[in-house]
Amino acid sequence: MSGAMTDIARLHVESATIGYDKRIISEHLSVAIPDESFTVIVGPNACGKSTLLRGLSRLLKPSAGQVVLDGADISSYKSKEVARRVGLLPQTALAPDGITVADLVARGRYPYQGFVRQWTEADEQAVARAMNQTAVTELSGRLVDELSGGQRQRVWVAMALAQHTDILLLDEPTTFLDIAHQIELLELFTDLHHVGHTLVAVLHDLNHAARYGTHLIAMKDGQVVAEGTPEEVVTAELVEEVFGLRCLVVPDPVAGTPQVVPLGRTRKEKAV
Amino acid sequence: MSTGIPSRSRLAHPRGADETPAERVDFGRRVLVVRRRRIAVRLEGRSVVVCAVLVLAAAGMAVLALMTGSYQLSAGQVVSALTGGETGIVRDIVVEWRLPRVVAALVFGGALGASGAIFQSLLRNPLADPGIIGFSQGSYTGALLVILVINGTYWQLVGGALLGGMATALAVYVLAYRNGVQGFRLIVVGIGVSAMLASLNTWLILKADLEVAMAAAVWGAGSLNGVSWGRVVVGGACIAALLLLAGMLSRPMQQMELGDDAAASQGVRVSPARLGLIVVGVALTATVTAASGPIAFISLVAPQIGRRLARTAGITLAPAAFVGALLCLAADYIAQHVAPTPLPVGIITVMLGGGYLGYLLFTEARRRL
Repeated sequence: MSGAMTDIARLHVESATIGYDKRIISEHLSVAIPDESFTVIVGPNACGKSTLLRGLSRLLKPSAGQVVLDGADISSYKSKEVARRVGLLPQTALAPDGITVADLVARGRYPYQGFVRQWTEADEQAVARAMNQTAVTELSGRLVDELSGGQRQRVWVAMALAQHTDILLLDEPTTFLDIAHQIELLELFTDLHHVGHTLVAVLHDLNHAARYGTHLIAMKDGQVVAEGTPEEVVTAELVEEVFGLRCLVVPDPVAGTPQVVPLGRTRKEKAV
Repeated sequence: MSTGIPSRSRLAHPRGADETPAERVDFGRRVLVVRRRRIAVRLEGRSVVVCAVLVLAAAGMAVLALMTGSYQLSAGQVVSALTGGETGIVRDIVVEWRLPRVVAALVFGGALGASGAIFQSLLRNPLADPGIIGFSQGSYTGALLVILVINGTYWQLVGGALLGGMATALAVYVLAYRNGVQGFRLIVVGIGVSAMLASLNTWLILKADLEVAMAAAVWGAGSLNGVSWGRVVVGGACIAALLLLAGMLSRPMQQMELGDDAAASQGVRVSPARLGLIVVGVALTATVTAASGPIAFISLVAPQIGRRLARTAGITLAPAAFVGALLCLAADYIAQHVAPTPLPVGIITVMLGGGYLGYLLFTEARRRL
């Protein structure tokens, strides 16, 4: 890993051991999230992608080593202070029964609120803007239960945006969406990246990662196998090494970014 | 894309200056915003109205309960006795005899409603209440042991019930603990432990003499008989302090309805908040149980009725507490004056709650199918 980058990145992991209970997922893991990047973490199932994201958001405390945020161990901050700097869109968020869109987005303001200071002018503006940015303002009075999957995911992004953090972590945000809504959401992330957010997303689709990410981190067995620009990371050798998939990497005809074409059977070929 | 994602120019830097004019957020329902100096509160209009109506209904019910009895009084007499305008027998009946019971019903009912709201919110399950983590069966076991084994006094009974309930709740919590406590595991362990204790309780009653078993059964049903000012004041003070704590924990509680990960990433310290809420929830029910025996089902139904009336997002404390107070008072009125013979209030709440539970299971099952 490049030492220089680790020194300056606002959010990085220093030789951390991260896991659940007694099951260690990553040992001596060091990785930095370049500032103002759209970093995408890729890798096969159970390679430690989401675990890394949980470590970066302080949901999991490393049993050794540390996660550093703005020069200090992330576990040394007050929890609301972390929440004002790093936001997370978790995979498992639940909408309470009967909640409206605006109410859900407003929940993102929690780190700024106190017992008697629950809904300031600043809160209202942040919620209005987050809904604007994700184009859910028209839905604001609707019940979240009644929305389509794509709309609902934009509402969750709005909630994370209302939290007003420079760094935003996204855990498999496009899962369960159809292809059009996946692209729509990825373009929304691209827009957020352009206005200055540092984004870290776990994505399953390598082609999406290569097209929208500016920095890729490829993981296998809890370790970082490669990182760099999509062109550096998405190569036929690396895809075979990390995913065990033989493939051809060709330029995406629209964006020119690397695109993975599997070398498996075609539908006419029979199993040998 | 067909959907209207805004163009880049409408996006602002996350920390950049906000050049757009002040915008109001449409919550899709009426909200009251109060902003004075350091206070900035947003209340749901419907919740406020529903709570006010519930308070009025409870006040009306209270006057009716104070009027009714073997010595019938008029509403005017009751009001004048409460405001100090009566002396002698009327004042004694209202203030010394009937009022403690009415206040106890309101306060205990409110405590049970709030306690149920805490558990249903934490466990995200409309069938959850403190009973789910074994509290009710455990306190009954404790009380039974005091009644049957040492034939103890009232205060020993209170102690036994508290000890039994708390010990069971603690045991369930510890058994369900694995790197923090997960709602579902708590429910499963709680149901298992409750079932074991229920059979133990049945065995204890079967082994007992008839009269002792009858006394135990009356306690087990939950009754406001013999409630005096002394017990109401002690219980009420505990409950007031606990409700204050619950109010302070209500914001983390609401946040945790989004899931543990979302809440934690927004700055909620999930494990301490959950432990605090469980302790407050159990303590609220414990206080009521100690004073009157386990009054069943109010903690189960009040939060759901409150939520449906106020149409809040998720479970909120205030409507649940007010519904609980009104329900408990109404159930006690029915138990005392409508039933052919005076019954323990717990019998009425079980009947009301059983019907409600059946309805809930029915609609839930239909929704799932």
